[in-house]
Amino acid sequence: MPEKRIRVLIAKPGLDGHDRGAKIIARALRDAGMEVIYTGLRQTPEMIASAAAQEDVDVIGLSILSGAHNTLAPQLMDLLKEKGMGDVTVLLGGTIPAADIPALKQAGIAEIFLPGTSTQDIVAFVRNHAARKT
Amino acid sequence: MSSQREQKPRSPDSGNISGKPSEFTTISNHPIRRIYTLEDLSSWDAGRDLGLPGSPPYTRGIHPAMYRSRLWTIRQFAGFGSAEDTNRRFRYLLSQGQTGLSVAFDLPTLMGYDSDHVFAEGEVGKCGVAISSLADMEALFDRIPLDGVSTSMTINSPAAVVWAMYLAVAEKQGVDWKTLGGTLQNDILKEYIAQKEYIYPPKPSMRLVTDTIEFGARHTPKFNTISISGYHIREAGSTAIQELAFTLRDGIEYVEWGLRRGMAVDDFVPRLSFFFNAHNDFFEEIAKYRAARRIWYKTMTDRFGAKSPRSRAMRFHAQTAGCSLTAQQPYNNVVRTALQALAAVMGGTQSLHTNSLDEAWALPTEFAATLALRTQQILAYESGVTSTADPFGGSYFVESLTNEVEQGAWEYIGKIDALGGMVPAIESAYPQREIADASYRYQMAVDRKEKIIVGVNAFTGEEKPLETLQIGESVRAEQSLRLRQLRAERSNQEVTRRLSDLRSAARGEQNLMPLIYDAVKAYATLGEICAALRDVFGTHEEAPVT
Repeated sequence: MPEKRIRVLIAKPGLDGHDRGAKIIARALRDAGMEVIYTGLRQTPEMIASAAAQEDVDVIGLSILSGAHNTLAPQLMDLLKEKGMGDVTVLLGGTIPAADIPALKQAGIAEIFLPGTSTQDIVAFVRNHAARKT
Repeated sequence: MSSQREQKPRSPDSGNISGKPSEFTTISNHPIRRIYTLEDLSSWDAGRDLGLPGSPPYTRGIHPAMYRSRLWTIRQFAGFGSAEDTNRRFRYLLSQGQTGLSVAFDLPTLMGYDSDHVFAEGEVGKCGVAISSLADMEALFDRIPLDGVSTSMTINSPAAVVWAMYLAVAEKQGVDWKTLGGTLQNDILKEYIAQKEYIYPPKPSMRLVTDTIEFGARHTPKFNTISISGYHIREAGSTAIQELAFTLRDGIEYVEWGLRRGMAVDDFVPRLSFFFNAHNDFFEEIAKYRAARRIWYKTMTDRFGAKSPRSRAMRFHAQTAGCSLTAQQPYNNVVRTALQALAAVMGGTQSLHTNSLDEAWALPTEFAATLALRTQQILAYESGVTSTADPFGGSYFVESLTNEVEQGAWEYIGKIDALGGMVPAIESAYPQREIADASYRYQMAVDRKEKIIVGVNAFTGEEKPLETLQIGESVRAEQSLRLRQLRAERSNQEVTRRLSDLRSAARGEQNLMPLIYDAVKAYATLGEICAALRDVFGTHEEAPVT
């Protein structure tokens, strides 16, 4: 039986409009055989959590270059927990100072990908860590 | 002619480079030949294609003596936290030898929201200064006389509102608007294409831009009411030729809208300015700036019949490429920025911002911002490149590359003309798709190590932590308090009336600047004014192209 394709939501939370990275990741994951939904810009954490539930994704990739990650990422994690989606793997990329990383991981972000990460590394990580729903 | 064999590039010692001989192309994938000779310029004519600096076709620059008579403006983009925080940084940078101001606003301000708006949570003061009202603007320019320095403001959708605030501060300081110098970015087309800080749909947005250009032509003859930008297009991943072509075609669009408004070409085009990226590929960038001036000269002369040299000589600001700077081994970025700045200077820029080494991590620390400033000063005073105009003029390579970049840009301009102009092109997502494809191609080349980034996919090492600027959440709380106070102290009756007048005018065709100015002076907030316009214009949502 063919393996179910990994479903990924790529999201741009908050007001940040820098979408170069998010679009490249979306395309790379698609080229790697995954089902990818890109939310577009200016999504609230509520919108992202709803989309993730609606699309029944295994992974959420957040892209934040605005400096608002310490507010937006934990807000999303709380919403996912509320919706019973705590098993979804959440990844974060963007402009994230090193000092902020431990707290973000504490909040449940599985991994933070800094500028300079190759798309192959992200594809590999998603393949190895995507939460599978039974 | 020698029959030397082509030398294959030797792999560096690190062992983590692929070692495959690569095609020699620019960072934009433009092929570069082994050697350039006189034969490459067989159809080139120095009189027609090169000219002299300060004369058509302006390939060599727009002033006869270039930097001998006046250096480029050292104009560092800065802004974070509150107006007081940024005012302090402005005064520091001016004290350290910066010669022009450049304001970075935070995302809520850029998107037309006050600091206390629900969408502003977590964002206030994080990537620029929070400006919600005229009161904040007054604080921003405290102890900075506006007749003593020119200010560039990186603001787009709410540009008219922020400019009205600046004009109000000038009035309060007793500065005559006719002497006021500066630049408003105000380039909405590139927002749809690349930076994505749009609020309203394209047509009402273009109306607003044309209103500001018209107002400026009449009231602020020394103020550049638009900075037609390629920087962001390039940062989004375009090639150099795309950056050039889309920027110039945006320029053409603004000229057309201005003419349709009824302005005479030479009455407003002299105050259209431009803004380009200064990226890694040294010679490609220099060729790009030279081609830009030549294309604009030809366009303004042949397409629009401009007579004034001030309409035909392109003035631009440059910023070194933020997207080229790495999180890994951040001190390498000092070198990258220096080389990029050198390209901008050798390409004849009028104004320059150099990025800080911590670009990929956070907003700049004072140390990093100072080093970026010193980079320009060393270029200006120690390198010697300022002693003559267009040092590369006549180079077989640079003239050939200038021709090729120009040619590539004309092809794109033609394609967009065929689509009916830039607004239709944007609506069909043409430039957006070109940029997405170019950025993906580049990333694939980097992932395959066909393009090397030192410290990232080659010559990697152990990373040392870097101290970066921290901006806390307190700015939002402070701003919220200030806004509560503002709303209590102003005449809310007058604000309501001004906003209502603005909405009515927005439904019609009159120039909105005077009404925006009146609203600003009544201490209507940025968010309130933008919301009033949103009521009439609606909002824009893109259909994303990945």
